[in-house]
Amino acid sequence: MITIDASGMHYKDLNKLIREGIGRGIKKFFLENVNGQYYIGDGIKGDDIVININGVPGNDLGVFMDGPTIVVNGNAQDNVGNTMNAGKILIKGDAGDVVGYGMRGGRIYILGNAGYRVGIHMKGYDEQLPVIIIGGKVGSFFAEYMAGGVIVLLGLNDTDDTCSDYFATGMHGGVIYLRKKIDFSKYSKEVDLYEADDKDTAFLKKYLLEYADNFNIAFEDIMDKSFYKIVPSSARPYAHLYTSA
Amino acid sequence: MIKSSFSNIQSEYLALIDHTKCVRCKRCIQNCGWGTYSFGGDKIIADHSKCVACGRCYTYCPEDAISIIKNPTVIRENGNWKDNHIKSIWKQSETGGIVISGMGTTFKYKKYFDHILLDACQVTNPSIDPLREPMELKTYLGKKPSKIELDFNEEGEPILKTKMPPQIELQTPFVFGAMSYGSISLNAQKAMALAARALGIVMNTGEGGLHDDLIPFGKNIIVQVASGRFGVHRDYLNSGIAVEIKIGQGAKPGIGGHLPGEKIGLDISRTRMIPLGTDAISPAPHHDIYSIEDLRQLIFAIKEATNYEKPVSVKIAAVHNVAAIVSGIVRAGADIIYIDGYTGGTGAAPNIIKDHVGIPIELALAQVDERLREEGIRNEASLIAAGSIRSSADAVKAIALGADAVAIGTAALIVMGCHVCGKCNTGNCSWGITTQRPELVRRLDPEVYGERLYNLISAWSHEIQEVLGAMGVNSIESLRGSRERLRGVELTDAELKVLGIKHAGL
Repeated sequence: MITIDASGMHYKDLNKLIREGIGRGIKKFFLENVNGQYYIGDGIKGDDIVININGVPGNDLGVFMDGPTIVVNGNAQDNVGNTMNAGKILIKGDAGDVVGYGMRGGRIYILGNAGYRVGIHMKGYDEQLPVIIIGGKVGSFFAEYMAGGVIVLLGLNDTDDTCSDYFATGMHGGVIYLRKKIDFSKYSKEVDLYEADDKDTAFLKKYLLEYADNFNIAFEDIMDKSFYKIVPSSARPYAHLYTSA
Repeated sequence: MIKSSFSNIQSEYLALIDHTKCVRCKRCIQNCGWGTYSFGGDKIIADHSKCVACGRCYTYCPEDAISIIKNPTVIRENGNWKDNHIKSIWKQSETGGIVISGMGTTFKYKKYFDHILLDACQVTNPSIDPLREPMELKTYLGKKPSKIELDFNEEGEPILKTKMPPQIELQTPFVFGAMSYGSISLNAQKAMALAARALGIVMNTGEGGLHDDLIPFGKNIIVQVASGRFGVHRDYLNSGIAVEIKIGQGAKPGIGGHLPGEKIGLDISRTRMIPLGTDAISPAPHHDIYSIEDLRQLIFAIKEATNYEKPVSVKIAAVHNVAAIVSGIVRAGADIIYIDGYTGGTGAAPNIIKDHVGIPIELALAQVDERLREEGIRNEASLIAAGSIRSSADAVKAIALGADAVAIGTAALIVMGCHVCGKCNTGNCSWGITTQRPELVRRLDPEVYGERLYNLISAWSHEIQEVLGAMGVNSIESLRGSRERLRGVELTDAELKVLGIKHAGL
């Protein structure tokens, strides 16, 4: 275990300390006074490593990460979990834009809202199943080009509009679960909407129990509504767009 | 209404069989990836509509019994309405699709390399004989310090005090251009990997991940990160000699990529780390890069993930304001910038983009080099020029215009038998290059073509040494950006100005 006071520290130095710490076999990191440092947890590996952050981590938190857990006791900025392979990121506040871009595995749980371009080009592979759960709402361009994995949008903060324009454009894999019905006219033509069935609920339960537990909220309050499910109409949305010369 | 299967488009080529020579060995049937040939009872018959003139059948016909000719049935000639306009209209009216094809543009734009001549020494300064004297082609790609500091040891020998940023050491100023597993076959990639290792140069994974079989070649591989992030993970970033962020490609500036689901078999799915059978879509932009500042963020995310041990390259297409763009990329922290001209190749791209978007590499390169020098940041990054380098002469001219090294893609495929038929997108390549069909891929022997690639690059390197010798310089570095050694012919004042060279005779 190590505590690092990050105040006034450049990201290069902070991340070097973390990498060196991991090299020395340290498993638990407590980062205090974090104030916008980029790339915390960039490319680090190890399922038993935990980084606890007090303050606001900067962009690209957990980029290329492969296994560790990061807990943010507050808000995070842009590009959380960019191209992440495995691990878990817990954000006990809001996250910025571009959460989980190209994410291939692991979990990102956000208590509050997230910004634009969440879950773009998320992809599953083999046994890797990336999961993003957002407690509040998201901005435009949600789940664009989504190719795999699971995104759950809870809308716990009682707003009616949980997501905005250009929803799931180009989605060709994976599944989105919505706790609240949204304005269907905003849906891309490339996706279909279903009511979640028992199988879906059983699947969701596994992750939502963990989510509720991590954020200390009542599981029953999350499950008070039936969910909607959005899946792509085709795994190949653009197959008929082209003709060979 | 005429039934929809009727097509106006006639066969482009005729596959003619001399039945007096044909011994009915059926090798042509087996060799053609397009299904042109079949056995009709007692003789081979050809479905001309399927022939793309890829040359495989006649190359492998033991009796020399096949000729492929252009269909002499003409579309009525018209200086304005060219064949390609008329055929595209028919094709699109029949299918409603965007016309796509492989390889670079087939349009005859002016090729500036063909209007540039090299200098040589006569009397006043002697030429150098490369057969007798050392002639250095070694090239280092990466950021160079603006000054170096030296220390001296006890014996008074100098020791480099400045910490050098990471470099790629090339024994000769060539790299293989980025071609992904998926766009080309694994055997084609292996041929390049073998050649790259033997030559002391590098190949590039493209955006297709790194197949397990190529991991041992890591020191000769640049791994690529593009908008689809296929196969990108921490170990991938660390398994090559450098990492390249692909922003654009000369054949298709500004648009993404799209490997159709039917090509995503088990092995490609594993290498790209994506599900079987779904389309592999690379969106047009990186959704985390909307500015130079965002690009800087990804460059340094990669540097952090690789502990600042790998140079980071950024690949862009040559477009209108390329000099300003490259200046921004250098300032964003890139160590290498790969500029791909509009005649560059592709596995598949819409013809509208391929034929009409981008600018020539020669003009882009001259402007970029000039701009970086003016701003005093030319040492901050190396430049790789690409976009149909067809010969060592093109390579020498590119270097004199300002490149550190050149990339070859199409030329490498031509080594493997490619006849530039431009049908890469179909996945039927008879040469086993741009296909994933096992019976076709199997015929491309990586050892054989690895050696031929080695031969080509060795021959080109010798040619460059000859040219350097004639110009009286003994190192490729001395030629870089040395535009005084170039002269233009049949070029306008505007063209000469952009290229930064004088007209021949001056």
